[in-house]
Parts: sequence; C-alpha cells; structure tokens
Amino acid sequence: MQPNRQRRRLGKENLERIIDLCRSLEERGLDPFLVNVDKVLEVIHEYFPEWKSPEELCLDAEAVHQIASALKLQSEWIKHRSSALYTDPLLFVDKLRRLSKEEICTIFLKSWHPVVELEQISPSSLEEAMKYWKSLVPLNERWQRLEGLHGETGTATPEELLRQQIIAEKEFSKELEKFWHELKRKAVGKEKIEYWDFVGADTYEETVRRAYKTSFLATYGYATLEVDRLEEIVYIIPFDVRISMPEAKHVISLPISITIENWKNWKDSGKD
Amino acid sequence: MKKRAFYVTQLKRATHMLFFKHHRKPGVKGWELRKRLGSDYLKILALLNRYLEKLDLQVKSVSAEEVSAENPTKAQLDKDRFYVTLRGTLSPKEVKMMGWRIDDIAGLAIVIATIVARQGKASRDEVEELLRIKLPGWRVGYNVDRYIRAGYIDQDEKGQLYIDWRTRAEIDEKTLVNLIVAT
Repeated sequence: MQPNRQRRRLGKENLERIIDLCRSLEERGLDPFLVNVDKVLEVIHEYFPEWKSPEELCLDAEAVHQIASALKLQSEWIKHRSSALYTDPLLFVDKLRRLSKEEICTIFLKSWHPVVELEQISPSSLEEAMKYWKSLVPLNERWQRLEGLHGETGTATPEELLRQQIIAEKEFSKELEKFWHELKRKAVGKEKIEYWDFVGADTYEETVRRAYKTSFLATYGYATLEVDRLEEIVYIIPFDVRISMPEAKHVISLPISITIENWKNWKDSGKD
Repeated sequence: MKKRAFYVTQLKRATHMLFFKHHRKPGVKGWELRKRLGSDYLKILALLNRYLEKLDLQVKSVSAEEVSAENPTKAQLDKDRFYVTLRGTLSPKEVKMMGWRIDDIAGLAIVIATIVARQGKASRDEVEELLRIKLPGWRVGYNVDRYIRAGYIDQDEKGQLYIDWRTRAEIDEKTLVNLIVAT
C-alpha cells in the first residue's frame, strides 16, 4: 500500500511540474518548444490509472489542458517564424542599436498613415467654458495687478535650455534624480511639502531653475502636485518610486506663476 | 436624378460619421454605418474613398480580430472599425508641426517594431531597456505611458505590452519591420 501511495504522490508532483512549465511559457514568453509534448503525454498516460479522487482527475485534466495551450503556442511560433514579420530578435536589437534616432524616425514615417479625427466641443464642456469666462476678471484689472512686470512669456524646450546652458544634457538625468532625492529628504515625515518652500531659493534665477526641474518631476511621475483651493496653497508630494500613469483619464496641467513678485513675497514671509 | 441625390446625401452622411469623433475613440463600427447608410454602405464607402484619394486620404477598415479575413462575413464587417487615414506619408517637417518630437517618434517606432518582432507581445522591462539606448532614462517610462494612452499599445497586469487599436489602424507593421531589417 505504501509504495502505491508514494507513486501517486510522485505522479501528482510530476503533473504540477508539467502545469507550471506550460504556464511559464505563456507568462514569461519562453520558447514553447521547451516542452517535449510526446514525453510529457507519456508521463500523464503512465500515471492516469492511479487517479481515483476528483481532485486528482482535475489535476490530470488541467495538465492536458496546459499541454494543449503549449501546442497552440508552438503552432503560433511556427506560423510567425514562417511569416514575413519574423526577425531574429538579436539581429533586430543590433539593427536598432546601429540606427540613429533620425533614421528610425524616417523609416517609421514610411509606414505611418495617421487617422484623421476632428474633435468637437460637447455641451457640458461649453457650459464649463461659459462659467470660466463669466468668473474671469476683466483684462484691464488683471493688467493693473501685473504692473511693472513686462517680461515676455512662452514655453521652452529642453533643447533651448541646453543651448542657453541652463541645463547640461548628459547631467540632466543625474541632476533630476538628485533633485528627486532632495525632495524625498525634505518631505520625510511630512508626506507633502509646500511648493514654494521646496522651489524657493536665495536668488530668483535659482528659484526658476528649481521650478523648472520640479515640473519635470511632476510630469514624469516622480511626484505629484496637490492644490488646497481654500487656502490657495500648492503642495508637492514625492513618490518613493516612479509612478506609471498609462490609465490616467484626466492628466491636467497646473500652471504656476514664478514671478519676481511671487518670489519676493515668499522671501518676505521668511520661510526657509 | 433621384438616385444621384440619394448617393450625395449618403456620401455626406458617411463623411460626417467618419470625420467627427462620436466616441472616445475615432472611427465608426460597421454596424453603425449599416444602420445609418443602409445595407449598401460598403458601396458608399468605396465612392467616398474615390473622392478622398484626391486629398491623399483613404477609408480604412480594421478587423476586430487579430488576423483579418480575406472575405469577411456580414457579422465580421459589423464588428470592424472604419477610419479615415492618410493615404500617403508625412515628411519629418510636417510631423514636427503636428507636435511630435523626433525622440517620441523614434521611441514609438522602437516599441511597435519590438512587439511585432516578438510575436505581438513583449515585456515592458525589455522594451524600456531597448528604449534607454536611444532616449534619456527619465523619458522612457513617461513615453511608454503616453503610447498606451494614445492607443498605440496596451499593457496587461503582468507587464506585457501588446499592439493596440491605433497601431492596427495607422501603421503598416510589415513595412516597418522590413525597413528596419533592410537598412
């Protein structure tokens, strides 16, 4: 009786191993021909007469099901290899390494036929726009508040900042990482930190530089911004690891004005 | 004369349906076109396609199934999605004017070509490693998320990347892979 029980245990272990191997083919994208189907079927066949309980028979059925999935993968693998889309992965990576960004871009454009789509405004968006327009302070009043500031506004690309030597290309990744660690250090035990307390520096130029880098942290998922509408305070919350945001339905831009006046106000408030 | 007026009306209707976004995604399903234009809708689309040719545009159908059938049935056509796409190609200058950076385009090409060459799925880690060769590290994760949001690729809970609807609608995958290998 004892050897029979041992044999059943061994058989169960074998079936579980077969199921795991077949599952890993799909989950880890392994070569499906790692499974020798004939040999595996022989093992299943060998132990089949031993199975008595419904659990054992279910395990046997699961093993057969997984082998069928492995066979499907093998069939797809052969079809793909014989199709025009097959490329040796190593050769492919090597090709990509050799091509410059511009060359890859030119190749892509030869195979790209973008969809034509026209967006329309919905009634609810129109309503929102009306509300915003009605609550907007007249332009002459806003200009009075900004008197004395005649700087031109606009957007800057990383390339422009590189040209103006505000940032250095090779160092930018390192610089950003260092900056992220600084933010995390400053927010230890607080969870979030006031935006101006982090961005503000002794000079206005340094403050602008820090604000620019902070915008990168927020855009690329290293931190997020939170606005207290009541107090009109912006907080910055660092993430421990970079957050991926593919499903974010409403990624919004938050404009923050870094004027000399704002900087002076922050300095005068005597913080940091 | 009556027949001509009918086709003119149907052509206008098809144009409105295909050009303006009605859902989150652009394009119209076959059954929607059949409902609005009648069972002869393929004939009307063919007519529209002839008009669009002069404008370097085309009506394109994308099968709901991974491999499109050569002679699709009515049920299959109902599930297909129809789009208006560019017939020809864009120049790098035009792409820049559309707000795409060279980095973003090259990144997208690498991601799509890698997935296609890996039998339609590739792990995100593997793709990001490849992207790091061409893009600065801090842009890699952000760009992959952006391609997912735009509908070019999709990601499952195991971190595997797949081709999504926009790639099937816009990109000639075979040409892309062949051109990379042939260069």
